[in-house]
Amino acid sequence: MELTGAEITVRCLADEGVEYLFGYPGGAVLHIYDELFKQDRVKHILVRHEQAAVHAADGYARACQKPGVVLVTSGPGATNAVTGIATAYMDSIPMVILTGQVPTHAIGQDAFQEVDSIGITRPCVKHNFLVKDVHDLAATIKKAFYIATTGRPGPVVVDIPKDITMARCEYVYPTSVSLRSYNPVVKGHSGQIRKALNLLLEAKRPMIYAGGGVVLGEAAAELTQLVRSLGFPCTNTLMGLGGFPASDPQYMGMLGMHGTYEANMAMQHCDVLLAVGARFDDRVIGNPKHFFQEDRRIIHIDVDPSSISKRVKVDVPIVGDVKDVLAEMSRQIAAGTQKPDAPALKSWWTQIELWRARDCLKYDRTSEIIKPQMVIEKLWEVTGGDAIVTSDVGQHQMWAAQFYRFDKPRRWLNSGGLGTMGVGLPYAMGALLAHPDTPVACVTGEASIQMCIQELSTCKQYRMPVKILNLNNRYMGMVRQWQEFFHGNRYAESYMDALPDFVKLAESYGHVGIRIEKPADIEPAIREAFARKNELVFMDFITDQTENVFPMVPGGKGLSEMILV
Amino acid sequence: MRHIISLLLENESGALSRVAGLFSARGYNIESLTVAPTEDETLSRMTIVTSGSDDVIEQITKQLNKLVDVVKVVDLSEGEHIERELMLVKVRASGKDREEMKRMADIFRGRIIDVTDKSYTIELTGTGQKLDAFLDALEEGAVLEAVRTGASGIGRGDRILRV
Repeated sequence: MELTGAEITVRCLADEGVEYLFGYPGGAVLHIYDELFKQDRVKHILVRHEQAAVHAADGYARACQKPGVVLVTSGPGATNAVTGIATAYMDSIPMVILTGQVPTHAIGQDAFQEVDSIGITRPCVKHNFLVKDVHDLAATIKKAFYIATTGRPGPVVVDIPKDITMARCEYVYPTSVSLRSYNPVVKGHSGQIRKALNLLLEAKRPMIYAGGGVVLGEAAAELTQLVRSLGFPCTNTLMGLGGFPASDPQYMGMLGMHGTYEANMAMQHCDVLLAVGARFDDRVIGNPKHFFQEDRRIIHIDVDPSSISKRVKVDVPIVGDVKDVLAEMSRQIAAGTQKPDAPALKSWWTQIELWRARDCLKYDRTSEIIKPQMVIEKLWEVTGGDAIVTSDVGQHQMWAAQFYRFDKPRRWLNSGGLGTMGVGLPYAMGALLAHPDTPVACVTGEASIQMCIQELSTCKQYRMPVKILNLNNRYMGMVRQWQEFFHGNRYAESYMDALPDFVKLAESYGHVGIRIEKPADIEPAIREAFARKNELVFMDFITDQTENVFPMVPGGKGLSEMILV
Repeated sequence: MRHIISLLLENESGALSRVAGLFSARGYNIESLTVAPTEDETLSRMTIVTSGSDDVIEQITKQLNKLVDVVKVVDLSEGEHIERELMLVKVRASGKDREEMKRMADIFRGRIIDVTDKSYTIELTGTGQKLDAFLDALEEGAVLEAVRTGASGIGRGDRILRV
């Protein structure tokens, strides 16, 4: 039987096993919405702004590994989605974004709500397609899911002109895809793995540095096993938090611009570095020239060959799926007779303990004004360290990363690469849909939250009991911190004037709002919020305006040149 | 260092802009870029002349390989190869210069493919250096118009780039 392009689109999503479709209707996608209306296999989540549709689908994908799926209309629908797409691209999140397009005959005529969605999204997608014939539609959607979820994952855009959604053809959803131009490598080269193990087992001052690839590659268990069997120190990047358990004694804390003293010092002074699913970005190793002042051998495992030797030249590259490569490493260690150099390791740990004793994350616990760090510590205590925590971007993000000790992967959702303010609330929405029985906290600030505040309405409609912890210091805190450190205390446009009353704002959307001004009230408020299982609770914490994030590696400086508290 | 990179890519609209966009987005140099369909009409063959340090060239080939539309990438400069470029050049050819221009074309093994009473249009093929040399050899003001294709390249001997 022949189906319309709109029917085919919806059938493809259902046959692909898509549970939730995040979107916003408009002229070019009305036929698709009509078909969504007639079925109940794919549930549609109506957001209040297309950017949030992409963020929510992205949050869903981060929380549960399945691809996030979005439907938006042409023109402004597509352009509003771009920030979300770029955010997912920078963090390698598998997503399929369907954008409506004006009819094929109108393309290029500057039609109403026409924009070159393929051209605009090209630099921030893994791939994109314009469907020009209804006969290609199902195969294209299948390809989109295949490309998005394999190799190094990423967002794929499928642009569907309106006339294609009306045209008819037979529907067959392909069971498999093969593309001659796209064959991601999975298995690591065994010779390279052996070379890497030789280096690791002879190391005197080894360090393991694990990034978001461990989370995306579902390799946390394999990483943990390897780290424990070697007895080496391990640090996680901002994107890798939870990839190695924070409560493990071998865990060094996060590294990088706001990483711990011990993690950064060990990175700088190690003699053999094993990088796993990480990309040596500027917020992680600081100035590469400074990084190379110390002599060390580097092993780098990554599924994307272009991540290897991009910013930092490595000695042993291993292209492959991190889960597969790490498991193979553990297997070879178990089978071999050589063990790590115990005396050297002992003196290395002695050095590390001296760095740890610096207690770089200390803050004033006796303060009468709320310290933001304490809010995160209490959140960790109240939730038993087992909540999904989303964040926006800025100081609160760094404090959440430093003070919430993540023991499991996919518990920490944030925009690490693009640094997109406004993701926190939609990420929490996506996470709740992925894990309805897990508590979800959104750690945010009064500046970030206002970038997607309209989603409080979506949360009401779908009864999403997000717990929002707003660290309200009446400043764009990270901007203020840089202005204090590097711009002579000139706080140009970083003061958030004319803030809303967040309690009343939450209430106006039908949620619960609580304002917290004293340290003693932090814990009771968080307890109350999580006790209200079915309600969204907006906690507005009035925090110390002058608090800064430490340690800090200033831009352009080396990892060991931290500003400490 | 100058490199000449050959690629096979899906002959689809947008494939060219993915390659061109990659170079501009990542700040890589393009000296020239030529592209046309191959004997297999589903594939296009592209030749890019670029320059950069070894690290940059390594990144360029990796990033090109990462594009979903790109089927194969070869850095021809890694081995023996042949490169040719075509130039069409319209030159002043009147009075006493007319015979001299004909001789110049012959010396460089060019062919005169269009003639007016005041000008010749010369077709010239060779390496970029040869085409440069021809232009340099002409008197100042002799060139009315010139159009060059950019280099196309192919490996020498048994080196074959195909799917």
